Amino acid sequence: MSDENGSQYMVKVKSTEYNIWEKKKPLLSSLQVELTERCNNNCIHCYINLAADSPKKKLELSTAEIKNVLDEAASLGCMEVVYTGGEPLLREDFEELYIHARKLGMRVTIRTNGTLLTAHLAELFTRIPPLEPIVITVYGMTRSTYDAVTRTPGSFDAFRRGIDLLTEHHVPFKLISMLIPINLKDSDSFEAWLAQLPCEDKSPSYNDLLLDLRARRESDKNNVIRHIRFSPEQALAIQNRMGGDKSEMREFCAKFMGLAGNTLFNCGAGLGVKISLDAYGNLQPCLQLRHPDAIYDLKNGSIKDALTEFFPGLRGMKTENPAYLARCARCFLKGLCEQCPGKSWMEHGTLDTPVDYLCEFAHLQAQDLGLLEKGEKAWEVEDWKERVNNLSSNT
Amino acid sequence: MNENVNVNSTYILSENVVARKIEGETILVPIGAGVGNLEEDLYTVNESGHAILSMLDGKRTLNDVVASLSSEYNVDKDEMKADVVGFTNELFWRKILVESS
Repeated sequence: MSDENGSQYMVKVKSTEYNIWEKKKPLLSSLQVELTERCNNNCIHCYINLAADSPKKKLELSTAEIKNVLDEAASLGCMEVVYTGGEPLLREDFEELYIHARKLGMRVTIRTNGTLLTAHLAELFTRIPPLEPIVITVYGMTRSTYDAVTRTPGSFDAFRRGIDLLTEHHVPFKLISMLIPINLKDSDSFEAWLAQLPCEDKSPSYNDLLLDLRARRESDKNNVIRHIRFSPEQALAIQNRMGGDKSEMREFCAKFMGLAGNTLFNCGAGLGVKISLDAYGNLQPCLQLRHPDAIYDLKNGSIKDALTEFFPGLRGMKTENPAYLARCARCFLKGLCEQCPGKSWMEHGTLDTPVDYLCEFAHLQAQDLGLLEKGEKAWEVEDWKERVNNLSSNT
Repeated sequence: MNENVNVNSTYILSENVVARKIEGETILVPIGAGVGNLEEDLYTVNESGHAILSMLDGKRTLNDVVASLSSEYNVDKDEMKADVVGFTNELFWRKILVESS
């Protein structure tokens, strides 16, 4: 006997709610593929973008190479591929790679600026649905703001055309706003616009307020990002204005706070729940971390070897850096602080240097939650367990 | 649901669907729109369903599948026929299976 939800032989599940990692723990459940670092925009804040005509294009993986990666990923149980960049739609073979992933039975998330969406692509996404909403970053709500962020005249109009195309073709999408001082004033109008769009997820979503530095550590672009990104104080004020009730944060802190010790990897980086492939064939434990000691040359290996040998070895790394051992290793703000090897790489070119920018923000948050007094350093607090317990009992 | 499969016909997975076996679980993933009820749904198939589905290769008729499975699992033919026809019907009306020429 069967009904809308299945029968004694099978069960219908919503694609976006099916988490194979939780259910079955395959070796690999999701793969982020940076199809290119090139982008047709020139966003002032971006951590990765190269010019669309960059000569590095010739170093990018070929269509066949990416298909081989996808084939192996599918054989390892991968259910989701995330196409990102740069701007993934810049690849001339995007359609071919999209269809290949879908025919392998994978869901595809496309992270795009939306400016290169065409009627043809919208029809493709209608004919062969991605099974995940297309994720589009919003850089501003007016032509002047948007184009000031992207530094690409005409990009706002192209972005709005892209949204209209998806809307007309009933292709699900999700909008994420990224905030920097240039476009902060647009946040209210973003939320108002989002509320009236026909997308399923109308809850406002924002990128991290603490902008990353460049993944390839270009010093001139890093200087610009350091100059434009919010100060820790500004970021906290914005977070509080947007975040509302703090009880969820208190609950999160109570659950995840503790001492990191000399273990560097306290996150899911390098686990099969999600790893990243850069545009040139290097597997990374996460999208940010590109330290030469932390990446795996997939052209001379396999995803399976990376997941069973290389990344486990990486995750077992312990630091001996005195600065880290004196601060981060003894700090109970783990979970609240974004310190990690990826951030250390982007800020300092190492795996284990404390990042002052993140440290300051974590301390401000902790003060705001009542965990620290002003001026206190979390790594000097001895009664942290009691403070965390008090925090959870006050939620 | 209409009883519209024919026990003398052969059926095969639609080219709009991929059957994936991951860690012992069979998952039917739609590729093209119009499969099942909604495009964004997946279907997880249990062991009994997988046993039937794996034999629907476009070459065996449903009667062939019934004969083979009832012998392999030592199950009464009428009982097996009800299972095979029932499941095939379900997959057929959801456009997961198509009749092969």
